[in-house]
Amino acid sequence: MTENAPLIDVRGLTKYFATKRGLLHAVDGVSFTISEGKTLGLVGESGCGKSTTGRLLLRLIEPTSGQVLFHGTDIASLSSGEMRDMRKKMQMIFQDPFSSLNPRMTVSQIIEEPLRLHRMIEDRDERMNKVLEIMDLVGLSRRLRNTYPHELDGGRRQRIGVARALVLDPEFIVCDEPVSALDVSIRAQILNLMGEVQEQLGLTLLFITHDLSVVHHFSDEIAVMYLGKIIEKAPADELFAHPSHPYTEALLSAIPIPRLHDRPKRIILRGEITSPVNLPKACRFATRCPKVMSRCHEEEPELCEIGPNHQAACFLLD
Amino acid sequence: MMKHLFRRRAEPEEGSMSLLQESWMRLLSNKGAVAGMVFLTILVLTAICADLIYDYETEVIMQDIPSRLQPPSLKGHLLGTDEYGRDLLARLVHGSRMSLVVSFSSVVLALAVGGTLGAMAGYFGGVIDNIIMRLTDVLLAIPMTLFAIVIVAALGANTTNLTLALGASSIPIFARVVRASVLTVRQAEYVEAARSIGAKHGTVILRHILPNCIGPIIVQFTLRIAQAIYNTAALSFLGMGVQPPAPEWGGLLASGRTYIRDYSYLSIIPGLAIMSTILALNLLGDGLRDALDPRLK
Repeated sequence: MTENAPLIDVRGLTKYFATKRGLLHAVDGVSFTISEGKTLGLVGESGCGKSTTGRLLLRLIEPTSGQVLFHGTDIASLSSGEMRDMRKKMQMIFQDPFSSLNPRMTVSQIIEEPLRLHRMIEDRDERMNKVLEIMDLVGLSRRLRNTYPHELDGGRRQRIGVARALVLDPEFIVCDEPVSALDVSIRAQILNLMGEVQEQLGLTLLFITHDLSVVHHFSDEIAVMYLGKIIEKAPADELFAHPSHPYTEALLSAIPIPRLHDRPKRIILRGEITSPVNLPKACRFATRCPKVMSRCHEEEPELCEIGPNHQAACFLLD
Repeated sequence: MMKHLFRRRAEPEEGSMSLLQESWMRLLSNKGAVAGMVFLTILVLTAICADLIYDYETEVIMQDIPSRLQPPSLKGHLLGTDEYGRDLLARLVHGSRMSLVVSFSSVVLALAVGGTLGAMAGYFGGVIDNIIMRLTDVLLAIPMTLFAIVIVAALGANTTNLTLALGASSIPIFARVVRASVLTVRQAEYVEAARSIGAKHGTVILRHILPNCIGPIIVQFTLRIAQAIYNTAALSFLGMGVQPPAPEWGGLLASGRTYIRDYSYLSIIPGLAIMSTILALNLLGDGLRDALDPRLK
């Protein structure tokens, strides 16, 4: 395998949820790749399907169709036993450190559970040593090992979440808005921690967020999602320098800039989001797009190459 | 009380106690729970040693008509005698055996079966949930007494069948309570986290979901024991529970009913025994629920 071969290769990933009113298109034909050691930032507003995509990648939800290739193996084809083995290599960091930790387990129990489940280290003392090592790595004081999560603040709790994800030495981690539930003052700490850990361990990350300022510094590549589809994808700097899709432009214009004069004009989106249930055959952004054309209401644009490594789905760019 | 409210929360530090030790310490700091525990311990010991205290043949079931309906006194019979001249205290002590065994085993049976069904229904959802819950609805639709009568009439009146009948009628209640708690806990992110680190369904249910549902289950458990003692009495009264002359608390209460106007102690004393047992169970149950929850430290 060459060095730049993708670790994660997602092809046409689709998840529909059956609701009373019809099919809810949560994720609709999403494709992307992440190379080893790289970070893909997945951004989009609430309800656009970014968390669902993350869960599909780890097969916490079964996809309706599409493939997730991990080292070339389609994880949907694995039996439940094989999938359990696979889970050692792919982990997740959750959004809310107040609900992602079992309130009845101590810090060390939470961190050692993956090791116990996979019978990685049978000896108790050895296992505890590994837990303490990981606690050092994520900056948790060893004396906290017998405390319960409710006794700790959000930042420390999220460090436990990071430790739990790291203890099995995974290759790939899905970070589902890992800092959005934290105080601003603690966000930077956790982000720095994750950056350091990624560099040290050579991790591959999928970084899900709605916070663009975070994603710019953290990602090598950024994919923008809107109503279950990726509408633009580019290397981070390229996306920030040349946003092409009207939605991306609007998103970027919403980032606060600490300058008094010379502010770029904010693009304010108006109109309702199209319902993800029983989607019409049209551009999903057409109802809110400031540059909408008649063609946008008739067909759906496909993602196409508009520059080196830069893809977008909009008729304006044809 | 105020001391409790303002007690400083301990700083997180290196603890050396296991979860069990810690819970035990917290249980001991709860006065009500300790009182309940002491009462129940004495009760269980009395039930076990009943034969050493009173001889069954000569003191518990042998009639002594000349000394019938004697009021409680310090000289003769401490708690008085019943309409056949049998010592009430002796019958109470021996009756505790039957009452405790039948009520505890029937509720444990109901918890085991109903709890498993409810946990499965709540966790897996969908078709499994529907099948299990409709089956328990069928059980719930049959009146408890009628159900017990059918079981006892079909299988014969003895302790095992009585336990079965009482247990079966509590199954749907436990299934519902456990299912409802599981449904709320199942949504928590730590359940998904457990799945993402590769836990099997059984592990997820036993290690992550059920420990967080323990509160309502314990409360229901203590309440149902009280109910079971009560229902045993009702069935004994109908002649389908414990057969006379064997003593049983509910039975004593029911037979004292005839003399309630002139010899009220015959029903008041067994009633007090039932009431204090239930109270002790509830106190202990509340204490256990709090002691097992690390968030209330």
